[in-house]
Amino acid sequence: MSDRLSVFKTYKLYVGGKFPRSESGRVYEVTDSKNNWLANAPLSSRKDARDAVVAARKAFGGWSGATAYNRGQVLYRVAEMLEGRREQFAREVADAEGLSKSKAAAVVDATIDRWVWYAGWTDKIAQVTGGANPVAGPYFNLSSPEPTGVVAVVAPQESSFLGLVSVVAPVIATGNTAVVIASEKAPLPALSLGEVLATSDVPGGVVNVLSGRTAELAAPLAAHQDVNAIDLAGADEALAKELEIAAADNLKRVLRPQPVDYFETPGIDRMTAFLETKTVWHPTGSLGAGGSSY
Amino acid sequence: MAFEYAPAPESRAIVDIAPSYGLFIDGEFVESSGGDLNKTVSPATEEVLAEYTQATVEDVDRAVKAARKAFEKWSALPGAERAKYLFRIARIIQERSRELAVLETLDNGKPIKETRDADLPLVAAHFFYYAGWADKLDHAGFGANPRPLGVAGQVIPWNFPLLMLAWKIAPALATGNTVVLKPAETTPLSALFFADICRQAGLPKGVVNIVTGDGRTGAALVAHPDVNKVAFTGSTAVGKEIARTVAGTAKKLTLELGGKGANIVFDDAPLDQAVEGIVNGIFFNQGQVCCAGSRLLVQESVQEELLDALKRRLSTLRLGDPLDKNTDIGAINSAEQLARITALAERGEAEGAERWSPACELPASGYWFAPTLFTNVTQAHTIAREEIFGPVLSVLTFRTPDEAVAKANNTQYGLSAGIWSEKGSRILAVANKLRAGVVWSNTFNKFDPTSPFGGYKESGFGREGGRHGLEAYLDV
Amino acid sequence: MPTTASSAHVLSDVAASDSTLRRFLHGLPGVDAVGLEARAASLGTRSIKTTAKAYAIDLAISMVDLTTLEGADTPGKVRALGAKAVHPDPTDRTTPTTAAVCVYPDMVAVAKEAVAGSGVKVASVATAFPAGRAALDVKLADVREAVAAGADEIDMVIDRGAFLAGRYLKVYDEIVAVKEACGTSARLKVIFETGELSTYDNIRRASWLGMLAGADFIKTSTGKVAVNATPANTLLMLEAVRDFRAQTGVQVGVKPAGGIRTSKDAIKFLVLVNETAGADWLDNHWFRFGASSLLNDLLMQRQKLATGRYSGPDYVTVD
Repeated sequence: MSDRLSVFKTYKLYVGGKFPRSESGRVYEVTDSKNNWLANAPLSSRKDARDAVVAARKAFGGWSGATAYNRGQVLYRVAEMLEGRREQFAREVADAEGLSKSKAAAVVDATIDRWVWYAGWTDKIAQVTGGANPVAGPYFNLSSPEPTGVVAVVAPQESSFLGLVSVVAPVIATGNTAVVIASEKAPLPALSLGEVLATSDVPGGVVNVLSGRTAELAAPLAAHQDVNAIDLAGADEALAKELEIAAADNLKRVLRPQPVDYFETPGIDRMTAFLETKTVWHPTGSLGAGGSSY
Repeated sequence: MAFEYAPAPESRAIVDIAPSYGLFIDGEFVESSGGDLNKTVSPATEEVLAEYTQATVEDVDRAVKAARKAFEKWSALPGAERAKYLFRIARIIQERSRELAVLETLDNGKPIKETRDADLPLVAAHFFYYAGWADKLDHAGFGANPRPLGVAGQVIPWNFPLLMLAWKIAPALATGNTVVLKPAETTPLSALFFADICRQAGLPKGVVNIVTGDGRTGAALVAHPDVNKVAFTGSTAVGKEIARTVAGTAKKLTLELGGKGANIVFDDAPLDQAVEGIVNGIFFNQGQVCCAGSRLLVQESVQEELLDALKRRLSTLRLGDPLDKNTDIGAINSAEQLARITALAERGEAEGAERWSPACELPASGYWFAPTLFTNVTQAHTIAREEIFGPVLSVLTFRTPDEAVAKANNTQYGLSAGIWSEKGSRILAVANKLRAGVVWSNTFNKFDPTSPFGGYKESGFGREGGRHGLEAYLDV
Repeated sequence: MPTTASSAHVLSDVAASDSTLRRFLHGLPGVDAVGLEARAASLGTRSIKTTAKAYAIDLAISMVDLTTLEGADTPGKVRALGAKAVHPDPTDRTTPTTAAVCVYPDMVAVAKEAVAGSGVKVASVATAFPAGRAALDVKLADVREAVAAGADEIDMVIDRGAFLAGRYLKVYDEIVAVKEACGTSARLKVIFETGELSTYDNIRRASWLGMLAGADFIKTSTGKVAVNATPANTLLMLEAVRDFRAQTGVQVGVKPAGGIRTSKDAIKFLVLVNETAGADWLDNHWFRFGASSLLNDLLMQRQKLATGRYSGPDYVTVD
């Protein structure tokens, strides 16, 4: 080992494709599982949350309007970028979750594979969940899934990276944009993920990462009138109830917390939770004035 | 000499309404634990049709217990057997459709033409459709052997009483749930008649329970701890209240709420059909439709031509006795709803919009509101933002497709929208950008059991109808 | 309200050239087939009972162009038809006469004599009916012969081939020429053969083309092809005459022909007239039924209304 003094990393938020500090100027101490200091993380404020929603809303049109193929390419690029930073993330995950080196590496590998899994879903989910409806009349009728909009994501508290990606990737794969509250005690992998996203062709604002007190950040997001949905994965029972009540103000789609084994291959429910079904009708008409064939 | 249509009333002799109704719990009509009797009236005449029971908290509990007891066997029944019960129900509805149409028209006030040609055929079709799903759930895309949730508490509105019952009960039973359903307080009768259809079909006791009453009964049902699923169709305000009530529970929730649908007419529209679509969009069921096209967005270049045609067409609408087969516009469902429509229309005038109605004589008794059109409406007007739920159309204009989409989406609702254009690519582009669960292009207010229905934003969540409609009743 | 066609209306420059005519016709609003048919079907559910039915049946009888257009037509057949038109129900002299009898040009004189003094008009098909495949001179000679024989009305066919090939000005000019040949004594009905034009957009264009060229009536069909008058194509033509009058002040009549056989059907068409073009068209000067077997069904229904008993085919005359 050299006795070279290492360079610390200043962890910052990831909002609108930029890396701001919290507007509050506050930070909090992040420690490893043995209580050793790891870094100071931004202690985001309500205003940071609001800014993140603005950024997410601004990004929604472009991201939801991109072709599904394009979104798949972008998400796959995220996996490629992560692959190159496996060791950094393994270290961060090991520190954050108190895992052995090999276990942390397995977590990171699973996380990268999860990105790949969702990258492949972008242009298939519409075929699986949508389709033509055989209505009893001379009409063409097609149901297609559409992203619901801006989704607030309370990331899992324990699984700081695999859990995080397992809840964020499905949200954006389908064209939503996300405001993510990182695990309160283990936010560093999430903040580092922002750096990966920024270099992976993911447009700014599609994913916004906030660190800080979960309850303090989730409350304004749950009540925000320009947020369409909320994933309560990382909220405890009491907080989840409180947030669900607040979310009723504008009838957000709410995904309640549930036990999840993040190593298992997921189903499609985390995607469908934030999809709307739009059904379009059009007359099929007739070939001639002899009348329609109905 | 003018061609005057002589009265052509449908006979009400086909319906036998009892003077008083109890609650349908565990396969039989029972008396309340102490609830009052309410009256249900014909909105067209204010005649009292029958008395029905205000179910108490205890009554609701009794109904949920009956449903819970029935759930074990019902959910264990092979899907093919559940299917046959639903097919039976569908067929009995077809057999009794004239009777039910007359009943619905009496209790709701909507024209017999609509109950006969729209409500009842759709009710039967809905049961027929979901009957077929009961033994095919493995193929519905929710994994193998998807499980029902348990007891569904369902609260439905007064605008399509029996159709909303069908939308709720058919998928619930097909997937193996049991049901406690509360019809609206002004239109309880068709649900009570449905109880008799369950009897004729031999449906096991407790699988369907009907509790009548006002909002208090609904609140008790929604809050009941042994209900696993809540499905509500009604106002956005009540929907939010329900969402708060079920917060923190394991109850699965679907809501189908209000709307302020934009009906967008481009200058290359098939104008005569657009006029029909606009009329159908806002005057079908007196505009008491959550997905009504209550905002007409017309391109400025055809505004004059379209409004002339629309006014001419409105002058041919026939308002009056809902049982008359030639009636186009029936009664408003209740005095309360009439007061709301009246107040919002007055607000429209007070805010400077221009009000127009065709010459139209309103009957002396009952609840009536003439078809009404407001021009010079802007996005800032109350009548362009609030759901009126009545025969009142707000006309706004636009210049470009961008502007049309922006205005259409500028609402907290997101249930329905209409597009009128002969240009296919424009229709697809606009449909793609509209934030609404149902987009009707070159048509409006079309419904089908295979076609998922439900809203974006504050119009609620979840879908009813089609394969999608199963999800609300499965543990997936 | 002017009651005769005039080319001096606001749209008179539309036919200045083939291209102006095409631009105009193709600029008319499109027709959504499903919506049109749904509207026609919806009006078909009107329930016309008792006094309204009696009124409608008499009105329908008065609007019938009692028609025989067979190769086997003889003077005897035409005389019988004329007698029937004048006294549709010999047992009830309150029965209105039909509007007209409709025959081939060579039968006009016979028909004229058969209905003389009754007010029943004689209409003649002309212009190489039904195909219209003849030189213009031949068509005009056909018309002139019928007019000379005393025809009150000429039912011409358009050149569907030219129309479908987009040669709208040729169709227009032909109608103008026929109109001229009709002179001031005969009203001109222009038959589109909607079943051959095939699409509703074409029917709308043809309607406007016909009206621009001076048609007094626009008529669906010859009765000689598979698809003749339907509620939907008649509704569409009623919309056209309604809109044409709104734009030009000129009122044009409508005649569905072929396939209307029952009173129930006829009443549905009258509902279409009433609720689309309006009461101004509820008169045999502005609306006709081209039909043959319809009349007897109307008469049987009329007898049923009068007596309360259902009638039978032996209680009306078969000619």
